[in-house]
Amino acid sequence: MKISQEDVAHVARLARLSLEAQELETLTSQIDAILGYVDKLNELDTEHVEPMAHAVPMSNAFRDDELNPSLGLDRAMQNAPLSGDGCFMVPKVIE
Amino acid sequence: MSFSNISISQLRRQLLKGEITAIALTRSCLERIKATDAQLNAFITLCEEQAMTAAAVADQQLANGQGGLLTGIPVAVKDIFNTRDVRTTCGSKILANYVSPYDATAVTRLQDEGAILVGKLNMDEFAMGSSNENSAAGAVHNPWDLSRVPGGSSGGSAAAVAAGQVVAALGTDTGGSIRQPASHCGVVGLKPTYGRVSRYGVIAYASSLDQVGPVTRSVEDCALMLSAIAGYDPADSTSVDCPVPDYMDNLNAGVGGKKIGLPKEYFVAGLDPEVKLAVEATVETYRRMGAEIVEVSLPHTDYAVASYYLIATAEASSNLARYDGVRFGVREDDGSGLIGMYQQTRSKGFGDEVKRRIMLGTYALSSGYYDAYYLKAQKVRTLIRQDFLNAFDRVDLLLTPVAPTPAFKIGALMNDPLHMYLSDIFTIPVNLAGTCAMSLPCGLSREGLPIGVQLIGRPFAEADILQAAYAYEQASDWKERTPPLR
Repeated sequence: MKISQEDVAHVARLARLSLEAQELETLTSQIDAILGYVDKLNELDTEHVEPMAHAVPMSNAFRDDELNPSLGLDRAMQNAPLSGDGCFMVPKVIE
Repeated sequence: MSFSNISISQLRRQLLKGEITAIALTRSCLERIKATDAQLNAFITLCEEQAMTAAAVADQQLANGQGGLLTGIPVAVKDIFNTRDVRTTCGSKILANYVSPYDATAVTRLQDEGAILVGKLNMDEFAMGSSNENSAAGAVHNPWDLSRVPGGSSGGSAAAVAAGQVVAALGTDTGGSIRQPASHCGVVGLKPTYGRVSRYGVIAYASSLDQVGPVTRSVEDCALMLSAIAGYDPADSTSVDCPVPDYMDNLNAGVGGKKIGLPKEYFVAGLDPEVKLAVEATVETYRRMGAEIVEVSLPHTDYAVASYYLIATAEASSNLARYDGVRFGVREDDGSGLIGMYQQTRSKGFGDEVKRRIMLGTYALSSGYYDAYYLKAQKVRTLIRQDFLNAFDRVDLLLTPVAPTPAFKIGALMNDPLHMYLSDIFTIPVNLAGTCAMSLPCGLSREGLPIGVQLIGRPFAEADILQAAYAYEQASDWKERTPPLR
């Protein structure tokens, strides 16, 4: 096994997913199979190869510091599950 | 009125002459959708009212001799594109109630050219899938055989165009999501070069691989749609500021003197014999038309799927972190606190495939595994891109199959994710390399299922692909074949 159920449960916590026991079991075996497959990358010697993050070589894209129209508060908030006073409302964060 | 075999250019001429109206054309599209979509399930949302209003405006413009490239032409877009004041679900429960506050640039450009948006098309949830079975809106059925998948993730786009529900559609392609469904549904699908079309307003799956492209009945229609959407957009910092040629120019330039490479790694065991025959027959047609055919090698092909499923999932795990029930989308909250709300929202909102990819990507990026998985995959990506650049030193285009088999049965691969991933083996390398490629109809199997051939071009050489594809289309009659759907 490349990955244990405990590892998968840990990754689920990182990803903010809660998995049921059956889901955890299925995912562990599926991810294990996928990790077994991607192991083939180790057949390649990449010691002197640069990693590629993007197909287009680019640096930061800056624009002039000018005021442009933006979405506006009402439109930006229109899909919020819960809002009030122009703020997104969330469950209490600090006890 | 049936328009499913009429090109956009012909429709435009008829619209300009007043032989048809945009209203009649749009209405006939909506009628076709209503008559067929119970069987196909290609649409998630219909924009009937907006479409009829836009059609009336188009008719006015046409009467005044005004209008753009697409005035009066009914189109639809994958439900991954933000469309102002229209629901955008991305095929997910988590966005079931999301109404876009703004338009994606590609949608704005289509509308600026006068296209009529009739609706939003079904897709695999967050564009993750090769069969369009991973949709909260249900599976899409292939118009050529309703028991089969249309391919994915832009399955709704391909099925709708094949079935004559709309004249043209937009999809997105991260690992083959335009080309593979185009191949399975017998239509033309182009994935432009990374950076050619703005991604602004397109819901992100894997940002370094995603690209917007057209799905159409013909190569000429594809050229017209690409002309409308291509070009630099200041709102997308990864769009590239280089001139956009007129893709309709020189479409009939032919392939005489062109060098077409056949990558030997793409003609291997596992390739369905009927697909192999159809692709080989296409090669013979190109040879007859004066192209020079040479064998080339893309030696790292066999590593592309592994590299892709680490890079794409890593980027997805980051991109999909935003679905947390705070700013938009559905919230699930049992009162157990903020973290509990995040977890319930995401666990109930995402489907199985999306969860699987978020988990794999989170793992590949997590402490202790980053170098072994994510960084390794990025280095292999460099080797794969270099394979393509080396090949393009010798040839103008590459020709390959699109998918190893014709469309498979609904349900056939659902419990075997790795097998499903391998169905993208011929399309994924192009996204990793960042170049452009098209799926073009080139045959029908004995069971009457479409087969596509892939033409791959140099970065930003979409015009080369379109010219070669047009030449083949003129020499064949696949474009005239339509699905048996009533």
